[in-house]
Amino acid sequence: MTTLTLALFVVGGSFCAGMLGSLTGLGGGIIIVPMLSLLFHVQLRYAIGASLVSVIATSSGAAAAYVREGFTNVRVGMLLEVATTAGALSGAAVSGLIPTSALAVLFGLVLLFSAYRSLQRREDHALLTTPDKWAARLRLDSTFPIAGGEQPYSVRRVPAGFALMYAAGILSALLGIGSGIVKVLAMDQTMRLPFKVSTTTSNFMIGVTAAASAGVYLHKGYIDPTLAFPVMIGVLAGALIGARILSGANTTRLRQLFTIVVVIMAVEMLYKGARGGI
Amino acid sequence: MTQPTDASARRWSDHQVEQLIGRLLQIGVLLAAVVVLVGGVWLLLQHGGTRADYSVFAGEPAMLRSLTGIVRGVAAHDSRALVQAGLVLLILTPVARVALTLVAFVIQRDRVYIVVTAIVLALLLYGLVYGRA
Repeated sequence: MTTLTLALFVVGGSFCAGMLGSLTGLGGGIIIVPMLSLLFHVQLRYAIGASLVSVIATSSGAAAAYVREGFTNVRVGMLLEVATTAGALSGAAVSGLIPTSALAVLFGLVLLFSAYRSLQRREDHALLTTPDKWAARLRLDSTFPIAGGEQPYSVRRVPAGFALMYAAGILSALLGIGSGIVKVLAMDQTMRLPFKVSTTTSNFMIGVTAAASAGVYLHKGYIDPTLAFPVMIGVLAGALIGARILSGANTTRLRQLFTIVVVIMAVEMLYKGARGGI
Repeated sequence: MTQPTDASARRWSDHQVEQLIGRLLQIGVLLAAVVVLVGGVWLLLQHGGTRADYSVFAGEPAMLRSLTGIVRGVAAHDSRALVQAGLVLLILTPVARVALTLVAFVIQRDRVYIVVTAIVLALLLYGLVYGRA
Protein backbone atom coordinates (compact mmCIF):
# COMPACT_ATOMS: atom_id res chain seq x y z
CA MET A 1 0.00 0.00 0.00
CA THR A 2 1.36 3.46 -0.83
CA THR A 3 1.39 6.34 1.63
CA LEU A 4 -1.36 8.06 -0.38
CA THR A 5 -3.68 5.02 -0.39
CA LEU A 6 -3.16 4.44 3.33
CA ALA A 7 -3.83 8.14 4.09
CA LEU A 8 -7.11 8.04 2.11
CA PHE A 9 -8.32 4.86 3.84
CA VAL A 10 -7.32 6.17 7.27
CA VAL A 11 -9.06 9.54 6.68
CA GLY A 12 -12.22 7.66 5.69
CA GLY A 13 -12.12 5.29 8.66
CA SER A 14 -11.30 8.05 11.13
CA PHE A 15 -14.10 10.21 9.72
CA CYS A 16 -16.61 7.41 10.41
CA ALA A 17 -15.15 6.83 13.89
CA GLY A 18 -15.34 10.54 14.71
CA MET A 19 -18.90 10.88 13.44
CA LEU A 20 -20.12 7.73 15.22
CA GLY A 21 -18.36 8.80 18.42
CA SER A 22 -19.91 12.25 18.33
CA LEU A 23 -23.42 11.05 17.39
CA THR A 24 -23.53 8.45 20.15
CA GLY A 25 -21.70 10.60 22.68
CA LEU A 26 -19.36 7.70 23.36
CA GLY A 27 -16.26 9.23 21.79
CA GLY A 28 -14.61 7.94 18.64
CA GLY A 29 -11.14 7.73 20.18
CA ILE A 30 -11.73 4.25 21.54
CA ILE A 31 -12.06 2.62 18.09
CA ILE A 32 -9.17 4.43 16.37
CA VAL A 33 -6.45 2.17 17.81
CA PRO A 34 -8.25 -1.12 17.00
CA MET A 35 -9.06 0.20 13.51
CA LEU A 36 -5.44 1.12 12.77
CA SER A 37 -4.13 -2.07 14.33
CA LEU A 38 -6.64 -4.62 13.02
CA LEU A 39 -7.49 -3.17 9.60
CA PHE A 40 -4.28 -1.42 8.57
CA HIS A 41 -1.71 -3.53 10.48
CA VAL A 42 -0.23 -0.48 12.17
CA GLN A 43 2.04 -1.37 15.09
CA LEU A 44 0.24 -0.63 18.36
CA ARG A 45 2.62 2.12 19.55
CA TYR A 46 2.16 4.16 16.35
CA ALA A 47 -1.60 3.64 16.59
CA ILE A 48 -1.64 4.85 20.21
CA GLY A 49 0.35 7.99 19.30
CA ALA A 50 -1.98 8.88 16.41
CA SER A 51 -5.10 8.20 18.47
CA LEU A 52 -3.99 10.41 21.37
CA VAL A 53 -3.58 13.33 18.98
CA SER A 54 -7.13 12.90 17.68
CA VAL A 55 -8.42 12.69 21.27
CA ILE A 56 -6.93 16.12 22.02
CA ALA A 57 -8.53 17.57 18.89
CA THR A 58 -12.08 16.33 19.55
CA SER A 59 -11.99 17.06 23.28
CA SER A 60 -10.80 20.63 22.78
CA GLY A 61 -13.27 21.20 19.96
CA ALA A 62 -16.24 19.87 21.92
CA ALA A 63 -15.22 21.42 25.25
CA ALA A 64 -15.41 24.85 23.65
CA ALA A 65 -19.13 24.36 23.09
CA TYR A 66 -19.87 22.74 26.48
CA VAL A 67 -17.98 25.26 28.62
CA ARG A 68 -20.27 28.01 27.40
CA GLU A 69 -23.41 26.15 28.47
CA GLY A 70 -22.38 26.43 32.13
CA PHE A 71 -22.44 22.73 33.08
CA THR A 72 -18.68 22.29 33.36
CA ASN A 73 -17.33 22.48 36.92
CA VAL A 74 -13.95 24.12 36.32
CA ARG A 75 -12.73 23.65 39.91
CA VAL A 76 -13.57 19.94 40.02
CA GLY A 77 -12.00 19.55 36.57
CA MET A 78 -8.79 21.34 37.48
CA LEU A 79 -8.40 19.50 40.81
CA LEU A 80 -8.89 16.10 39.17
CA GLU A 81 -6.54 17.04 36.33
CA VAL A 82 -3.72 16.88 38.90
CA ALA A 83 -4.55 13.16 39.21
CA THR A 84 -5.15 12.49 35.50
CA THR A 85 -2.00 14.27 34.26
CA ALA A 86 0.13 12.55 36.94
CA GLY A 87 -1.45 9.24 35.87
CA ALA A 88 -0.83 10.03 32.19
CA LEU A 89 2.85 10.78 32.83
CA SER A 90 3.20 7.55 34.86
CA GLY A 91 1.49 5.54 32.10
CA ALA A 92 3.62 7.08 29.37
CA ALA A 93 6.78 6.40 31.39
CA VAL A 94 6.08 2.66 31.80
CA SER A 95 4.37 2.13 28.42
CA GLY A 96 7.62 1.11 26.69
CA LEU A 97 8.17 -1.66 29.24
CA ILE A 98 4.81 -3.34 28.56
CA PRO A 99 4.69 -5.74 25.59
CA THR A 100 2.19 -4.79 22.88
CA SER A 101 0.35 -8.11 23.30
CA ALA A 102 -0.43 -7.19 26.94
CA LEU A 103 -1.57 -3.72 25.83
CA ALA A 104 -3.85 -5.36 23.26
CA VAL A 105 -5.46 -7.57 25.93
CA LEU A 106 -5.95 -4.55 28.21
CA PHE A 107 -7.48 -2.70 25.27
CA GLY A 108 -9.88 -5.56 24.61
CA LEU A 109 -11.03 -5.53 28.23
CA VAL A 110 -11.57 -1.75 28.20
CA LEU A 111 -13.58 -2.07 24.96
CA LEU A 112 -15.79 -4.74 26.53
CA PHE A 113 -16.33 -2.59 29.61
CA SER A 114 -17.22 0.39 27.38
CA ALA A 115 -19.74 -1.70 25.45
CA TYR A 116 -21.30 -2.89 28.73
CA ARG A 117 -21.53 0.69 30.04
CA SER A 118 -23.06 2.01 26.81
CA LEU A 119 -25.89 -0.52 27.06
CA GLN A 120 -26.68 0.25 30.70
CA ARG A 121 -29.56 2.56 31.36
CA ARG A 122 -28.45 5.73 32.99
CA GLU A 123 -30.19 6.36 36.26
CA ASP A 124 -30.10 9.80 37.72
CA HIS A 125 -29.14 9.68 41.36
CA ALA A 126 -30.54 12.09 43.90
CA LEU A 127 -28.61 15.34 44.09
CA LEU A 128 -26.84 15.80 47.38
CA THR A 129 -26.72 19.14 49.04
CA THR A 130 -25.13 18.15 52.37
CA PRO A 131 -21.59 19.48 52.41
CA ASP A 132 -18.62 17.09 52.45
CA LYS A 133 -15.36 17.86 54.31
CA TRP A 134 -13.07 17.89 51.24
CA ALA A 135 -15.64 19.45 48.96
CA ALA A 136 -16.14 22.29 51.42
CA ARG A 137 -12.43 22.85 51.92
CA LEU A 138 -11.80 22.91 48.18
CA ARG A 139 -15.05 24.79 47.39
CA LEU A 140 -16.13 22.19 44.81
CA ASP A 141 -19.88 22.51 45.31
CA SER A 142 -21.55 24.45 42.54
CA THR A 143 -24.77 24.91 40.61
CA PHE A 144 -25.92 24.06 37.10
CA PRO A 145 -28.56 25.70 34.93
CA ILE A 146 -32.08 24.24 34.93
CA ALA A 147 -35.33 25.61 33.57
CA GLY A 148 -36.01 28.71 35.60
CA GLY A 149 -32.81 29.01 37.61
CA GLU A 150 -29.79 27.28 39.08
CA GLN A 151 -29.73 23.88 40.80
CA PRO A 152 -27.12 23.61 43.57
CA TYR A 153 -25.29 20.32 44.10
CA SER A 154 -22.68 18.93 46.46
CA VAL A 155 -19.64 16.74 45.76
CA ARG A 156 -18.81 13.58 47.72
CA ARG A 157 -15.84 11.21 48.25
CA VAL A 158 -13.17 13.46 46.76
CA PRO A 159 -10.14 11.21 47.67
CA ALA A 160 -11.74 8.13 46.06
CA GLY A 161 -12.60 10.13 42.93
CA PHE A 162 -9.05 11.45 42.83
CA ALA A 163 -7.60 7.92 42.97
CA LEU A 164 -9.90 6.72 40.18
CA MET A 165 -8.81 9.69 38.07
CA TYR A 166 -5.17 8.68 38.50
CA ALA A 167 -6.10 5.27 37.09
CA ALA A 168 -8.00 6.96 34.23
CA GLY A 169 -4.84 8.93 33.40
CA ILE A 170 -2.70 5.77 33.26
CA LEU A 171 -5.25 4.06 31.03
CA SER A 172 -5.44 7.08 28.72
CA ALA A 173 -1.67 7.07 28.21
CA LEU A 174 -1.27 3.29 27.86
CA LEU A 175 -4.06 2.90 25.29
CA GLY A 176 -4.17 6.29 23.55
CA ILE A 177 -7.79 6.88 24.52
CA GLY A 178 -9.64 9.65 26.33
CA SER A 179 -10.82 7.33 29.17
CA GLY A 180 -14.06 9.32 29.26
CA ILE A 181 -15.91 6.24 30.58
CA VAL A 182 -13.71 5.96 33.69
CA LYS A 183 -13.78 9.73 34.22
CA VAL A 184 -17.56 9.87 34.07
CA LEU A 185 -17.75 6.82 36.36
CA ALA A 186 -15.54 8.55 38.93
CA MET A 187 -17.53 11.78 38.89
CA ASP A 188 -21.06 10.45 38.42
CA GLN A 189 -20.93 7.28 40.56
CA THR A 190 -18.20 8.00 43.12
CA MET A 191 -18.31 11.75 43.60
CA ARG A 192 -22.05 11.99 42.96
CA LEU A 193 -21.91 14.90 40.56
CA PRO A 194 -24.97 15.40 38.32
CA PHE A 195 -24.64 13.34 35.11
CA LYS A 196 -24.56 16.29 32.71
CA VAL A 197 -21.89 17.98 34.86
CA SER A 198 -19.87 14.73 34.90
CA THR A 199 -19.91 14.26 31.12
CA THR A 200 -19.08 17.88 30.24
CA THR A 201 -16.36 18.13 32.91
CA SER A 202 -14.92 14.81 31.70
CA ASN A 203 -14.74 16.14 28.14
CA PHE A 204 -13.10 19.29 29.46
CA MET A 205 -10.41 17.16 31.16
CA ILE A 206 -9.71 14.68 28.36
CA GLY A 207 -7.65 17.09 26.24
CA VAL A 208 -5.40 18.07 29.15
CA THR A 209 -4.87 14.42 30.17
CA ALA A 210 -4.01 13.39 26.59
CA ALA A 211 -1.69 16.38 26.12
CA ALA A 212 0.44 15.22 29.09
CA SER A 213 1.19 11.80 27.58
CA ALA A 214 1.28 13.08 23.97
CA GLY A 215 4.22 15.30 24.95
CA VAL A 216 6.11 12.24 26.24
CA TYR A 217 5.18 10.14 23.21
CA LEU A 218 6.40 12.85 20.85
CA HIS A 219 9.86 12.51 22.41
CA LYS A 220 9.64 8.71 22.34
CA GLY A 221 8.91 8.72 18.60
CA TYR A 222 5.36 7.26 18.83
CA ILE A 223 3.82 10.14 16.88
CA ASP A 224 4.28 9.66 13.15
CA PRO A 225 3.20 12.65 11.03
CA THR A 226 2.21 10.52 8.02
CA LEU A 227 -0.17 8.49 10.19
CA ALA A 228 -1.31 11.11 12.74
CA PHE A 229 -2.28 13.61 10.02
CA PRO A 230 -5.10 11.60 8.37
CA VAL A 231 -6.33 10.39 11.78
CA MET A 232 -6.56 13.89 13.24
CA ILE A 233 -8.20 15.48 10.19
CA GLY A 234 -10.61 12.55 9.73
CA VAL A 235 -11.75 12.34 13.35
CA LEU A 236 -12.09 16.11 13.71
CA ALA A 237 -14.15 16.46 10.51
CA GLY A 238 -16.32 13.49 11.50
CA ALA A 239 -16.91 14.83 15.01
CA LEU A 240 -17.82 18.31 13.75
CA ILE A 241 -20.29 16.98 11.18
CA GLY A 242 -21.67 14.50 13.73
CA ALA A 243 -22.36 17.36 16.14
CA ARG A 244 -24.18 19.28 13.36
CA ILE A 245 -26.60 16.48 12.48
CA LEU A 246 -27.03 15.31 16.08
CA SER A 247 -30.46 16.87 16.60
CA GLY A 248 -32.19 14.94 13.81
CA ALA A 249 -30.60 11.54 14.33
CA ASN A 250 -32.02 8.45 15.99
CA THR A 251 -29.20 7.73 18.41
CA THR A 252 -30.59 4.48 19.92
CA ARG A 253 -29.91 2.54 16.70
CA LEU A 254 -26.52 4.22 16.34
CA ARG A 255 -25.55 3.32 19.91
CA GLN A 256 -26.45 -0.31 19.19
CA LEU A 257 -24.39 -0.24 15.99
CA PHE A 258 -21.48 1.37 17.81
CA THR A 259 -21.69 -1.20 20.61
CA ILE A 260 -21.59 -4.08 18.10
CA VAL A 261 -18.50 -2.56 16.42
CA VAL A 262 -16.85 -2.15 19.84
CA VAL A 263 -17.58 -5.77 20.87
CA ILE A 264 -16.20 -7.18 17.59
CA MET A 265 -13.05 -5.12 18.01
CA ALA A 266 -12.76 -6.19 21.67
CA VAL A 267 -12.89 -9.88 20.74
CA GLU A 268 -10.27 -9.43 18.01
CA MET A 269 -7.95 -7.44 20.26
CA LEU A 270 -8.28 -10.04 23.05
CA TYR A 271 -7.71 -12.93 20.61
CA LYS A 272 -4.72 -11.38 18.86
CA GLY A 273 -3.23 -10.12 22.11
CA ALA A 274 -3.57 -13.50 23.83
CA ARG A 275 -1.94 -15.24 20.87
CA GLY A 276 0.84 -12.66 20.86
CA GLY A 277 0.00 -11.72 17.27
CA ILE A 278 -0.09 -7.99 17.80
CA MET B 1 -7.01 34.62 52.54
CA THR B 2 -8.71 37.04 50.21
CA GLN B 3 -11.95 35.58 48.97
CA PRO B 4 -14.21 37.21 46.43
CA THR B 5 -16.95 38.46 48.73
CA ASP B 6 -19.73 39.05 46.27
CA ALA B 7 -20.87 35.68 44.88
CA SER B 8 -22.53 37.19 41.84
CA ALA B 9 -19.37 39.13 40.97
CA ARG B 10 -17.34 35.92 41.14
CA ARG B 11 -19.83 34.08 38.98
CA TRP B 12 -19.70 36.76 36.31
CA SER B 13 -15.93 36.70 36.30
CA ASP B 14 -15.91 32.85 36.11
CA HIS B 15 -18.32 33.10 33.23
CA GLN B 16 -16.13 35.56 31.33
CA VAL B 17 -13.11 33.33 31.84
CA GLU B 18 -15.04 30.34 30.51
CA GLN B 19 -16.04 32.27 27.39
CA LEU B 20 -12.44 33.23 26.79
CA ILE B 21 -11.23 29.64 27.34
CA GLY B 22 -13.85 28.30 24.93
CA ARG B 23 -12.71 30.75 22.26
CA LEU B 24 -9.05 29.91 22.88
CA LEU B 25 -9.67 26.17 22.49
CA GLN B 26 -11.50 26.73 19.20
CA ILE B 27 -8.77 28.96 17.78
CA GLY B 28 -6.02 26.54 18.90
CA VAL B 29 -7.66 23.50 17.33
CA LEU B 30 -8.49 25.40 14.13
CA LEU B 31 -4.94 26.73 13.78
CA ALA B 32 -3.44 23.29 14.44
CA ALA B 33 -5.81 21.66 11.94
CA VAL B 34 -4.90 24.18 9.21
CA VAL B 35 -1.15 23.64 9.74
CA VAL B 36 -1.57 19.83 9.83
CA LEU B 37 -3.74 19.89 6.69
CA VAL B 38 -1.32 22.08 4.70
CA GLY B 39 1.65 19.99 5.86
CA GLY B 40 -0.23 16.75 5.19
CA VAL B 41 -1.21 17.64 1.62
CA TRP B 42 2.37 18.74 0.98
CA LEU B 43 3.64 15.50 2.53
CA LEU B 44 1.42 13.42 0.23
CA LEU B 45 2.59 15.38 -2.83
CA GLN B 46 6.19 14.67 -1.83
CA HIS B 47 5.99 11.15 -0.46
CA GLY B 48 2.54 9.90 -1.57
CA GLY B 49 4.01 7.21 -3.83
CA THR B 50 6.33 5.62 -1.27
CA ARG B 51 5.40 2.32 0.33
CA ALA B 52 3.70 2.69 3.70
CA ASP B 53 4.57 0.05 6.29
CA TYR B 54 3.90 0.64 9.96
CA SER B 55 3.87 -2.99 11.07
CA VAL B 56 7.20 -2.68 12.86
CA PHE B 57 7.86 0.02 15.44
CA ALA B 58 11.11 1.82 14.68
CA GLY B 59 10.40 5.19 16.34
CA GLU B 60 10.53 8.51 14.59
CA PRO B 61 13.82 10.10 13.46
CA ALA B 62 15.37 12.50 15.99
CA MET B 63 14.29 15.53 13.94
CA LEU B 64 10.60 14.74 14.47
CA ARG B 65 10.93 13.95 18.18
CA SER B 66 12.09 17.19 19.77
CA LEU B 67 10.70 20.71 19.68
CA THR B 68 14.00 22.14 18.41
CA GLY B 69 14.29 19.42 15.75
CA ILE B 70 10.78 20.17 14.49
CA VAL B 71 11.50 23.92 14.28
CA ARG B 72 14.72 23.19 12.37
CA GLY B 73 12.84 20.80 10.07
CA VAL B 74 10.20 23.42 9.26
CA ALA B 75 12.98 25.94 8.52
CA ALA B 76 14.51 23.38 6.15
CA HIS B 77 11.12 22.99 4.35
CA ASP B 78 10.44 19.44 5.49
CA SER B 79 6.76 18.54 5.04
CA ARG B 80 6.76 15.96 7.85
CA ALA B 81 8.19 18.54 10.25
CA LEU B 82 5.37 20.94 9.29
CA VAL B 83 2.73 18.31 10.16
CA GLN B 84 4.57 17.64 13.40
CA ALA B 85 4.59 21.40 14.15
CA GLY B 86 0.80 21.42 13.71
CA LEU B 87 0.51 18.47 16.12
CA VAL B 88 2.67 20.35 18.65
CA LEU B 89 0.30 23.34 18.31
CA LEU B 90 -2.56 20.95 19.05
CA ILE B 91 -0.80 19.58 22.15
CA LEU B 92 -0.13 23.17 23.26
CA THR B 93 -3.84 24.10 23.08
CA PRO B 94 -4.83 22.41 26.37
CA VAL B 95 -1.58 23.67 27.90
CA ALA B 96 -2.58 27.23 26.97
CA ARG B 97 -6.01 26.59 28.46
CA VAL B 98 -4.47 25.60 31.79
CA ALA B 99 -2.13 28.63 31.68
CA LEU B 100 -5.09 30.95 31.07
CA THR B 101 -7.03 29.35 33.93
CA LEU B 102 -4.01 29.96 36.17
CA VAL B 103 -4.07 33.66 35.24
CA ALA B 104 -7.78 33.76 36.05
CA PHE B 105 -7.22 32.22 39.50
CA VAL B 106 -4.40 34.70 40.14
CA ILE B 107 -6.74 37.58 39.30
CA GLN B 108 -9.37 36.05 41.60
CA ARG B 109 -6.66 35.59 44.27
CA ASP B 110 -7.84 32.05 44.78
CA ARG B 111 -4.73 30.63 46.45
CA VAL B 112 -5.80 26.99 46.65
CA TYR B 113 -6.58 26.87 42.93
CA ILE B 114 -3.48 28.86 41.98
CA VAL B 115 -1.48 25.99 43.52
CA VAL B 116 -3.69 23.27 41.95
CA THR B 117 -3.50 24.82 38.48
CA ALA B 118 0.25 25.46 38.75
CA ILE B 119 0.80 21.74 39.52
CA VAL B 120 -1.20 20.72 36.42
CA LEU B 121 0.72 23.20 34.28
CA ALA B 122 4.07 21.97 35.64
CA LEU B 123 3.16 18.33 34.91
CA LEU B 124 2.12 19.23 31.35
CA LEU B 125 5.29 21.22 30.67
CA TYR B 126 7.39 18.44 32.16
CA GLY B 127 5.88 15.95 29.69
CA LEU B 128 6.36 18.28 26.76
CA VAL B 129 9.89 19.46 27.53
CA TYR B 130 11.58 16.65 29.46
CA GLY B 131 9.40 13.78 28.31
CA ARG B 132 12.29 11.53 27.29
CA ALA B 133 12.14 9.44 30.48
